[in-house]
Amino acid sequence: MSENTEILLEVENLQKFFGDRHVLNGISLQVKRGEVTVILGPSGCGKSTLLRCLNGLEPVQGGTIHYLGQNLTGEHVNWREIRQHIGMVFQNYELFPHMTVIENILLGPLKAQKRDSKEALQQAETLLDRVGLLARKNDYPRQLSGGQKQRIAIVRALCMNPDIILFDEVTASLDPEMVREVLDVILGLANQGMTMLIVTHEMGFARSVGDRIVFMDQGKICEIADPEQFFTEPATERAQQFLNIFEYNKL
Amino acid sequence: MPNSGVEVLFEGSNFERLLGGLLVTIEIAFISIMIGTILGVVMGLLRTVPTRSLRLLLRLYLEAFRIIPILVWLYVVHFSFSPLLHIDISGETTAILVFSLWGAAEIGDIVRGALESMPKHQAESGKALGLSKGQLYRYVLIPQAVRRMLPGAINLATRMVKTTSLVVLIGVIDVVKVGQQIIELGVIKAPNASFWVYGLIFILYFLVCYPLSVLSRKYERRWQS
Ligand SMILES: Nc1ncnc2c1ncn2[C@@H]1O[C@H](COP(=O)(O)OP(=O)(O)OP(=O)(O)O)[C@@H](O)[C@H]1O
Ligand SMILES: [Mg+2]
Repeated sequence: MSENTEILLEVENLQKFFGDRHVLNGISLQVKRGEVTVILGPSGCGKSTLLRCLNGLEPVQGGTIHYLGQNLTGEHVNWREIRQHIGMVFQNYELFPHMTVIENILLGPLKAQKRDSKEALQQAETLLDRVGLLARKNDYPRQLSGGQKQRIAIVRALCMNPDIILFDEVTASLDPEMVREVLDVILGLANQGMTMLIVTHEMGFARSVGDRIVFMDQGKICEIADPEQFFTEPATERAQQFLNIFEYNKL
Repeated sequence: MPNSGVEVLFEGSNFERLLGGLLVTIEIAFISIMIGTILGVVMGLLRTVPTRSLRLLLRLYLEAFRIIPILVWLYVVHFSFSPLLHIDISGETTAILVFSLWGAAEIGDIVRGALESMPKHQAESGKALGLSKGQLYRYVLIPQAVRRMLPGAINLATRMVKTTSLVVLIGVIDVVKVGQQIIELGVIKAPNASFWVYGLIFILYFLVCYPLSVLSRKYERRWQS
């Protein structure tokens, strides 16, 4: 029981400006261990920025972020250490083009975490096998398809044994036929109880993978709801409009 | 062909002398590239700093080498500065000085270009793995920057080797000068000498520069994708 209610991440009244533009305006959010939170919202509403604030890629101008009780918005935050617990997967994979698949995956475990190379290699191979890419471990990223690259990027994040993984539109750059293979990997992680924050525009996926939906608009959270609830009868008019546009686009 | 003149190449120590001249050429180019690279890396890093005035200054420095012919630089240093400052520097030292400063300007530009073209997300992706700043540079950014720089740097090396032919004009005995001497000496005996001597010099330059050009194209292709 306590396992299920442990709060990993607690965001309170987060404020973020780019110059004069108020991009995040009072975001408050809790993430419990094992929970899958899907963040939806129109383009430009601040979803990516929120994720980037959570692992220190963007400084914030107000509010607090606590990770397991530790304040991440104070002075002297050891982001090197925190990022080993809060992993991130990017839209454009961002594999290192000059390294092979296995070198990409092992860089963090060996250099940042200084782990034993045999143990790390074994874990990397197990994970690669699980996403069906063990045979490609000595290939370079340029030899792989987009879907394969993104699966490698997920393995690279996983191999750090993070507590949380942030996914920022990880299928947005993929050809339609490759979206499925990446989403399946994330669904598998959800089933194993991985804690994840997922930004996506794949509504069907959001509905099936999410424990709850966070709907954002113009830098604010409009509504937090159970997926069934959100997709059948959203509480806010703004969410209703957002979903209508998606319905319309589907036709 | 009794009078073709090709023998002139092998008369006495002519062939060795030509190779010796080539060595001077290669030496000037090589030393200048080494010094230029070291200075250029520093200059390239400085050209990405936020201080505008410093960036402008270094930019002007680069333009000075692009706009003013290298020959004029050689003349200015050799015939104006050294007498003015009462220091006696040899033609070869002058050449190395000018070519190093030129190399530093161009390498600086190549380094700046490589650093600026590095996608910001590569750094973020490394940070997201918990790498320290040092590790980020060592394992992610510098290896990629070097790959981006190599074609341009090799290209510059080729241009430098070729441009060293100007050093004749400040009294350095390079391969072209040796060739001229051989031709002048044999002008009566072998009127066709210039064809063979310059032909050989042509081939020697080709042999030095072609491998560089092949190398550069190879890297360009391999790392483009
Ligand atoms: N580095 C930046 N500098 C200035 N403005 C920025 C920067 N990054 C984002 N913004 C602005 O902040 C706002 C939120 O951007 P963000 O990328 O978080 O949106 P998003 O919800 O992820 O959108 P999308 O669905 O299109 O990815 C946008 O108006 C954007 O233009
Ligand atoms: Mg985004």
